[in-house]
Amino acid sequence: MPYIVIDSERCKGCYFCVKYCPRNVIRESTMHNKTGYFPAEFIHEQEDRCTGCKTCAIMCPDTAIEVFK
Amino acid sequence: MNRIFQRPASLLDRPTHFCPGCTHGIAHRLIAEAIDELGIRERTIGIPGVGCCVFLYHYFPIDVLEAPHGRAPACATGMKRAQPDKIIFAYQGDGDMAAIGTSEVIHAANRGENVTVFYINNSVYGMTGGQMAPTTLLGQQTTTSPYGRDFKSEGYPIRMAEMLATLEGVCYSTRVALHTPRHVNQARKAVIKALEMQNAEMGFSVVEMLSTCNTNWRVTPLEAIDMIENEMIPYYPLGVFKERTGKDFL
Repeated sequence: MPYIVIDSERCKGCYFCVKYCPRNVIRESTMHNKTGYFPAEFIHEQEDRCTGCKTCAIMCPDTAIEVFK
Repeated sequence: MNRIFQRPASLLDRPTHFCPGCTHGIAHRLIAEAIDELGIRERTIGIPGVGCCVFLYHYFPIDVLEAPHGRAPACATGMKRAQPDKIIFAYQGDGDMAAIGTSEVIHAANRGENVTVFYINNSVYGMTGGQMAPTTLLGQQTTTSPYGRDFKSEGYPIRMAEMLATLEGVCYSTRVALHTPRHVNQARKAVIKALEMQNAEMGFSVVEMLSTCNTNWRVTPLEAIDMIENEMIPYYPLGVFKERTGKDFL
């Protein structure tokens, strides 16, 4: 099953991935990271919906997303 | 389970200094991917201009030369003439290239220097605090045009990709955007094409990338994406303005 790993310490919370994810499996986290941003997080309850299309990783300006398939 | 997307090897594992949602990070990654794909890391030299791109040497494991304001194409000329086997790219913003270094880039292009310029157009001076640049859109409010840019006093925004395409020494001139996945994929192809053309010694190549500066536009990152789509692309049309197919020097 494809899934993504978001480096929450590198994420700056621009939410491009949230906007462009075609399956809506990324959301804004409620916990901030060390730098004070609220990072994006993968919704693990819906991880079977991820298709590994790499759209989130292509749009991530901080290269904080790795995609596994 | 295979890793199908990860940081390119030519981009160091270091947090960037860019603001949240700044598409400089995407441009950096596209260039690193192109360097990896063409296998030219050992002989690539980058030349950032002055601006938010100035810390390029923090993020790329390649040789980097720091150029004074706007003089990156002039430095690239010297580097390429001294070491013609190297791949030289300049990475400049719009304040750097379209304002301070206009003459340098025009003459480097007109001489047909075999270098590549990546031109990040975000329509303001980003690093210095959002002053008006030559590329600022009409009516856009900046710190030095608080009532909006007016063509009667400040003139019209400058379209560099079209202007450079008229010069004979230019082999490839294109404008891409970095605000949707589709446009980022197009930009990736343009970056690879520009470096390939330099490798084939075709002449001067320039890739203009429409980028966001949400901090100085005073909007959120997601609103900045909409501003590129609704305000910048109508004035700065995307497309390839010049593409040589062979070494057809006059």
